[in-house]
Amino acid sequence: MTAASPIRIWDIPGGIHPEENKHQSTAHGIESVPLPSQLILPLQQHLGARAEPTVEIGERVLKGQLIAEASGMISCPLHAPTSGTVTAIGPAPYPHASGLEEWAITLDVDGQDQWCELSPMSDYQSLEPATLLEVIRQAGISGLGGAGFPTSVKLKARPEQKIHTLIVNGTECEPYITADDSAMRYHAEQIVAGIEILQHILHPEQVLIGIEDNKPEAIAAMRKAVGTRDSMQVVVFPTKYPSGGEKQLIQILTGKEVPSGGLPADIGMVCQNIGTLLAIHDAVLLGQPLIKRITTLTGDALSHPTNVEALIGTRISHLLEFAGLQPERLYRLVMGGPMMGFTLQSMAAPIIKTSNCLLAGTQEELPPPPPAQPCIRCGLCAEACPAELLPQQLHFFALGKEYDQLKRQNLFDCIECGACSYVCPSSIPLVQYYRAAKSDIRALDLQQHKSDHSKQRFEHRQERLQREAEQKERDRQARAEKAARLKAAKEAEAAKPSATENDSSVEPDVARLQAQKPSGLSPEQKQAKIAAATAQMALKKAQKQLAANPDNTDLQAQIPTLEQAARDAQTAFDQVQGDLATQPAAEPAAGGDDAKKLKIEAAMLRANLKKAERAAGDSPSAEQQAEIDKLRSEAEAAYARVPAAATSKKPIDENLKKAKLDLAMARAAVKKTEREIDSSPDDEDLKAQLAAQQQVFNAAEKALHEAESNSPIPPPERNKVDKKPVDETLRELKTNLATTKADFKRAERELQAAIDAETDTAPAQDQLTATRAKLDAAAKAFAEYMASKETN
Amino acid sequence: MALVRMTSPHAKGNNHTQTIMLWVLAATLPGVLAMTWFFGFGTLINICFASLVALAVESLILWVRKRPISFYLRDGSALVTAWLLALALPSYAPWWLTLVATAFAIIFGKQLYGGLGQNPFNPAMLGYAVVLVSFPVEMTSWPAWRGIEAVLPNVQATLGLFDGLARIFLPATQAIDGWTLATPLDVVKTNASLTMAELQASKPVFGSLAGHGWEWVSLAYLAGGIALLYKRIYTWHAPVGMLGALAIMSLLFWNGSGSDSNGSPLFHLLSGASMLGAFFVVTDPVSGATSKQGRLIFGAGVGILVYCIRAWGGYPDAVAFAVLLMNLAAPTIDYYSTPRTYGHRKAKRGMGKTD
Repeated sequence: MTAASPIRIWDIPGGIHPEENKHQSTAHGIESVPLPSQLILPLQQHLGARAEPTVEIGERVLKGQLIAEASGMISCPLHAPTSGTVTAIGPAPYPHASGLEEWAITLDVDGQDQWCELSPMSDYQSLEPATLLEVIRQAGISGLGGAGFPTSVKLKARPEQKIHTLIVNGTECEPYITADDSAMRYHAEQIVAGIEILQHILHPEQVLIGIEDNKPEAIAAMRKAVGTRDSMQVVVFPTKYPSGGEKQLIQILTGKEVPSGGLPADIGMVCQNIGTLLAIHDAVLLGQPLIKRITTLTGDALSHPTNVEALIGTRISHLLEFAGLQPERLYRLVMGGPMMGFTLQSMAAPIIKTSNCLLAGTQEELPPPPPAQPCIRCGLCAEACPAELLPQQLHFFALGKEYDQLKRQNLFDCIECGACSYVCPSSIPLVQYYRAAKSDIRALDLQQHKSDHSKQRFEHRQERLQREAEQKERDRQARAEKAARLKAAKEAEAAKPSATENDSSVEPDVARLQAQKPSGLSPEQKQAKIAAATAQMALKKAQKQLAANPDNTDLQAQIPTLEQAARDAQTAFDQVQGDLATQPAAEPAAGGDDAKKLKIEAAMLRANLKKAERAAGDSPSAEQQAEIDKLRSEAEAAYARVPAAATSKKPIDENLKKAKLDLAMARAAVKKTEREIDSSPDDEDLKAQLAAQQQVFNAAEKALHEAESNSPIPPPERNKVDKKPVDETLRELKTNLATTKADFKRAERELQAAIDAETDTAPAQDQLTATRAKLDAAAKAFAEYMASKETN
Repeated sequence: MALVRMTSPHAKGNNHTQTIMLWVLAATLPGVLAMTWFFGFGTLINICFASLVALAVESLILWVRKRPISFYLRDGSALVTAWLLALALPSYAPWWLTLVATAFAIIFGKQLYGGLGQNPFNPAMLGYAVVLVSFPVEMTSWPAWRGIEAVLPNVQATLGLFDGLARIFLPATQAIDGWTLATPLDVVKTNASLTMAELQASKPVFGSLAGHGWEWVSLAYLAGGIALLYKRIYTWHAPVGMLGALAIMSLLFWNGSGSDSNGSPLFHLLSGASMLGAFFVVTDPVSGATSKQGRLIFGAGVGILVYCIRAWGGYPDAVAFAVLLMNLAAPTIDYYSTPRTYGHRKAKRGMGKTD
């Protein structure tokens, strides 16, 4: 049979020949199942992200209407398989080995089977491949063979790689399953049309339709449908499990291997299942989304094993009833085939897009495995393995949890086909060991990844903290140096006037510093202050809680006590503070603090008042109203206590500041223009500008003086402003003193040189006398100036 | 209705460990028959006695280890060990020799390592090696074959059942002389003066291919081995590796047919335990290498060692020592003979780290 095929057939290593059991379900063609009364449509019927429902409970939907949209790139939308009403969106039975529920849309069928508006595209050849891919995506098509990978994503998995071979998987190598076989027998034309659509999208050089030689009817039907098309070819090869695995089929048809961890697209191939092609045909040429599939119902517990075209979401119990389930004979219910399918615990779950078979086996048919015996390393598993692994070694390392060795033995290339378990003479559930080891390794890798991430973050944080600490240390040193320099400078300055028997010039500065700095608090003051703050805080907290929870009587009872405590603490602090205030030196400071404190107190009271008002809302209770009134009167009283100076100081200060700023700006402008004139003295414009600026400067100066005369700030503060001209006189005097001193020193040196050289020393002596007189005069002028400044 | 929860695959082939063991036992039958024909009932008596000892000792240890006795006895592995040992020992080895060898094989060779599947050494060969080094005289007392009186009137073959029982269980009552002969391997090894043709003419121990009688026994084992290959109990790699290496070695170091000849390749293949070793010992999967390539290397190693010991070592035959030495090397061979997995450019080999 294969002799006619011009394509070379390659063999795969390993493989087994389990009993096929396919004939049971092929006697009745493809039957339709009566509409069930309810459909359960899980949002996760594919590999990837769960679909997002777009309908609401109670909404009526039409057949083919979108009910959940794809969320993300690797996801798949979902459509209503018939018309009806959405009755629930939430966890519902789901066909999974775990038996756990999954989010689903439950649809109560109205029996009218009323289609929504469809938009078939019979002239798809005129469409862009990208448009067709979008049609396939919007039709919710995911692989109908096994894993359920979204088809549109699979078709463009490697956009940079040209697909030269499209492989159509009609192998169906698992025993019992005949869904693809039936599809090929009865829908060959549509499948070929589906292939043509993919040809239009991918433009492959060849299309290989691979079918095992145990399906002669399907082969004949497909050959007939392909007809004289040169672009596609039906390839028949010997039956062997697991020829239908994607990687194995590629090896059989092309002799090439998909790289480990890669995709068929990496070697320019893409593989599609028969059911998927049928769905593509329906989506493009009929405009129908994926809402039904062909499913095999088989097993000895069914009196009427057959293939059905079932709506996605039909309950398993409904399908098995149709196939004549004999519940007393049912022992093991498998979704999928006997080699890779999984057992179901309940028949309440629906079939989903990937459900190609329901196998209702009796105990004689699928007996429980005998207890596992020790592995004798016979190597039958290695001979059966299609991936050329050493299953006995994998088993040995999986038992010992030696994950590094398992990776070295390429555990992750295991396709879990079950051939090793099938042949194992010791009945060891090898595949289960591999699954467990794989998930352990994945979990460990994830953990490792997380801990690496945390470690990195921790290290970065440590580095950052160290950097900050170093920076702080550098800053501290810089400050210390600066302070030392300043101190040295100050000492030098202080030492100088003392040399001229006048050190009182330092005093105003010290007084000012003391006035500005908060006076050092004695320990008891500190304590009192802390106590007051704590009491205040407790009060605030209680008030806040009360605001959030106005009905709490405990809190309401607490508040007066807390208020009392806060007041007591404040009084105690005030008292201590008052003791301090009796000391004359600290009086101004204490006075300033008092004003500030009063202000703060008033502000706090006002805040409390606002809070209470907010808490009370539009309809305050009697208690709340009383509280508000009390707070309001307290706040008013507090504001009244604040000295007028403290409250009125601000605006005048602003005036002064502004005037100063104006003056500084004017001065800077004048200076700049002066510099410019220096560099280009002939510029008349600049001169005119300078004149204008000088006027502005004079005006600013005048304004400043006015502001100063209005200012209530005590004279020492104002000294800062007045100081400048004084400073200039002082500087002049100082410079004069320094120059004369230098002259005097030079004269001294000259005299010394004359003495050393034994020349005439008379001129040098004259010089010295003259410079000394000058120096005396300068020193005298300086001392006089300092004295006058002091009396000022 | 409670449905079972089970992992795939749900279908199961009909391979069973017991079946494999029984097939191995069945495949020894031609050899057993040939042995019995040429050397009398000694082999059968040994097999029965060794089997009883093996089962008894295995039960005892399983009981001590608190393991289900019948479940483990039923796998048949103890019987295989006992049979192979009984076939390897001289046909009329005294009962205590069989007892010591079998008990040592089961207790030290297998159960102390954790039972079936855990032993690094072939238990039968371990038992054999222990008695070979401990009791060399008894271990080299091979009986004369049927028809010996025609060529050597003063030597008698022991053919009757009761004679055999007496020899085995009452060895002290029998004279050592008069029923044993040196094996052909021994004769060739100790020969220093005669050419091979002269040797063959002067010693009646030689038959047309190798040793008289021995050649037929070897061919019977070969037949059993081919049956096992046909039944796919094991692959051809280990036997072919061993016999191939032995043939190549004996061809390379044949030394012609003079007095310093080491014997022809055919002589080596059909003498001693070559065939028994190739089809029933090196094929032990537990203590051998894992992959096909590994088994080929393992078998070849055994073949080379067998020849080296036969030609230049201190013992006339060497399968037990060669197998034990290669058992030691098996894990290393595994490291260097991992097959290439689907989708990988080349196999990961050597002791290197993963990745």
